[in-house]
Amino acid sequence: MKKFKKVLSAVLAATMVMALSACGSATEAETASTSEVTGTEAAQTASSDVKVGFIFLHDENSTYDLNFINGATQACEAAGVEYMLKTNIPEGQECYEAACELADAGCDIVFADSFGHEDYMIEAAKEYPEVQFCHATGTKAHTEGLSNYHNAFATIYEGRYLAGIAAGMKLNEMIANGEITEDQAKIGYVGAYTYAEVISGYTSFFLGARSVCPSTTMEVTFTGSWYDETAEKEGANKLIEDGCVLLSQHADSMGAPTACEKAGVPDVSYNGSTASACPNTFIVSSRIDWTPYFAYIIDAVANGTEIATDWVGTLETGSVVLTDLGTAAAEGTAEAIAEAEKAMNAGTLHVFDTTTFTVNGETLTSYMADVDTDAEYTADTEVITDGYFAESGSEFRAAPYFDLQIDGISLLDTAY
Amino acid sequence: MEQKIKEPRFHIVKRADIRNREAWTIRIIAILAALALCALITMVCTGDNPISIFATIFKGAFGTQRKTWITLQYVAILLIISLALTPAFKMQFWNVGGEGQVLIGGLAAAACMITLSDKLPNGVIIILMIVTSLLAGAVWGVIPALFKALWNTNETLSTLMMNYIATQLVAYFTIVWEVPKGSGKIGIINQNTNIGWLPSIGNKYLLSIIAATVVTIGMFIYLKYTKHGYEIEVVGESQNTARYVGISVEKVIIRTMLLSGAICGLAGLLLVGGINHTITTTISDGQGFTGVMVSWLAKFNPVAMIFTSLLIIFMDRGASEISTAFELNQSFADILTGIILFFIIGCEFFIRYKIVVRKDLGKENA
Repeated sequence: MKKFKKVLSAVLAATMVMALSACGSATEAETASTSEVTGTEAAQTASSDVKVGFIFLHDENSTYDLNFINGATQACEAAGVEYMLKTNIPEGQECYEAACELADAGCDIVFADSFGHEDYMIEAAKEYPEVQFCHATGTKAHTEGLSNYHNAFATIYEGRYLAGIAAGMKLNEMIANGEITEDQAKIGYVGAYTYAEVISGYTSFFLGARSVCPSTTMEVTFTGSWYDETAEKEGANKLIEDGCVLLSQHADSMGAPTACEKAGVPDVSYNGSTASACPNTFIVSSRIDWTPYFAYIIDAVANGTEIATDWVGTLETGSVVLTDLGTAAAEGTAEAIAEAEKAMNAGTLHVFDTTTFTVNGETLTSYMADVDTDAEYTADTEVITDGYFAESGSEFRAAPYFDLQIDGISLLDTAY
Repeated sequence: MEQKIKEPRFHIVKRADIRNREAWTIRIIAILAALALCALITMVCTGDNPISIFATIFKGAFGTQRKTWITLQYVAILLIISLALTPAFKMQFWNVGGEGQVLIGGLAAAACMITLSDKLPNGVIIILMIVTSLLAGAVWGVIPALFKALWNTNETLSTLMMNYIATQLVAYFTIVWEVPKGSGKIGIINQNTNIGWLPSIGNKYLLSIIAATVVTIGMFIYLKYTKHGYEIEVVGESQNTARYVGISVEKVIIRTMLLSGAICGLAGLLLVGGINHTITTTISDGQGFTGVMVSWLAKFNPVAMIFTSLLIIFMDRGASEISTAFELNQSFADILTGIILFFIIGCEFFIRYKIVVRKDLGKENA
């Protein structure tokens, strides 16, 4: 026992020495996530007593969450408000607890970024009526009837369509160079789940590509997870083996882009540029810039105005953006995208124009979508107006509800 | 020339027996050393001083009233699962199927909540949930036990394989019951009607804590003062002795695994009906395996398990608070938890063996 005491005293002495030496450097490394109001933003000091809490499904390793984290820090720093970030919060009771902890910590706004967080955010919203709960991609705010629970999304299908144009231009270039024939213009797409948000995404991307390269076809595979690097990589490799000559994805890891880089297959990524990791194959990426929405909700709380139940960001609000084109982009891509964007803003181009696609060989004139989420998937709302499918219509809900299987796209596995 | 006998500088000797006080001194030293190493690593990564790091660990578990309740609730669930595994371990039946038994219990509860919500009154549904959850867990536990009793199959493998079957069943039913279609998640079941939600006593955290208390006391009495408990101990010591004194080993194995599985099913019921109100494949979060460790560290003593499960949950929540407060990746919390567990498990070596250092150390000529 004596020896143990000796060892113990030595260990304790060592820790104390370390503790002392560490104290010296501790003051400069204050890492609490608060930001000070800078002098230049004196005009926005009205917001400075607002505190925002953020809940993220994964951390910065996920392209999806990184995009939100960047938007959150930018908006909060610009407005000069305090904020707290909680990463790696699963879609379960942990989300409810995280939301309540943020409310307990004095947050006026609590935001969560993943689809499966929704039910738990609603539970927290019921408990804290004075705190505003905002949820991206959710579908229930307009039917829940809670004045402090809000959904938000953006017309990302427009961004996907524009990115699709870049893909179509690339296919045209490959056809012109004799690398592939017209019939081989097949796109591969790695999706996460088989519900409307993903379907709307790949369909708009496909329609964009087909608008410039008419012989385009597409194959879609699903991983059953928002973040599964191995499954996404394997899915991408399977599509490449299947003869897909260009890939895109709606899943959040670097699995598909890196598989493309390795195989030398051009790739349109999502959520942000992958040019640094994939310099030879990156074409372009569309993403939702959440900064405008965060600025909007901070401003609303600071000024005591209502936050919209369903907020839809658009190209014009700066919510839907494309990254810079990569080296793999075909010549003339920037011009083609700019032209389409102008037409969209002018209201002359609709992504889901019913004359541009068919379902089982037929053109649609009417479609009832499941806008009000329920366990029976009841189709409840007519969404075809003026000859196009009104996706994310402000009178319906923010999150996508386009769930049609259009001709030209084949689904490889729909287990999820 | 004088033949010099090489005696090693130190060697390892098995301890004949060790006093409780000494064993706990070793454990406390291990925990302190683990904390010191965690502090050192956090210091290197963040440049913050160790005092604030320990303060953060404590705040993570007990910082606010809500955090304290959540911590206690987590302890309750882990404790129930650990207690469930204990009688099986005590009779040397390696039940590593806690994960599957919890999941299948939870699945039974979720099935009642979803399929019966508009058919039966709430009270009847809750009673059915309790019955089916316990039954489902018991069935999942007794299948490997029957195989062991009848054909002497390896229970480590069969209980482990039952885990995968349970996980796949939950994955399958997730897709059957998903809302909206294709999203791969069930979401909160009966969110607006609250049908099948176990009633909250006092506050929503208390129910699991009360359940854990009851199970702890019950298990303590069962193992220590009942004939069943004694039979389990005899079977664990030696199956031949048990047979010699007329205990039916097969019967004890089957009976004990029914109990073990049923209590795991109870944990599943609490997770689904009382806490999460949904079912996912990850709802038991590896606690079926963590429970093995809790049970072993406490030497199968139900009362000691309160402390070992508290220790593990405390460290886990503290480590995750560090990663939030210092804006580090979640992997950092995993690193810290790993270090702590390594020390806690590693110190058992020093409890069983001692290191004897050569007496004349330092006196030999260089």
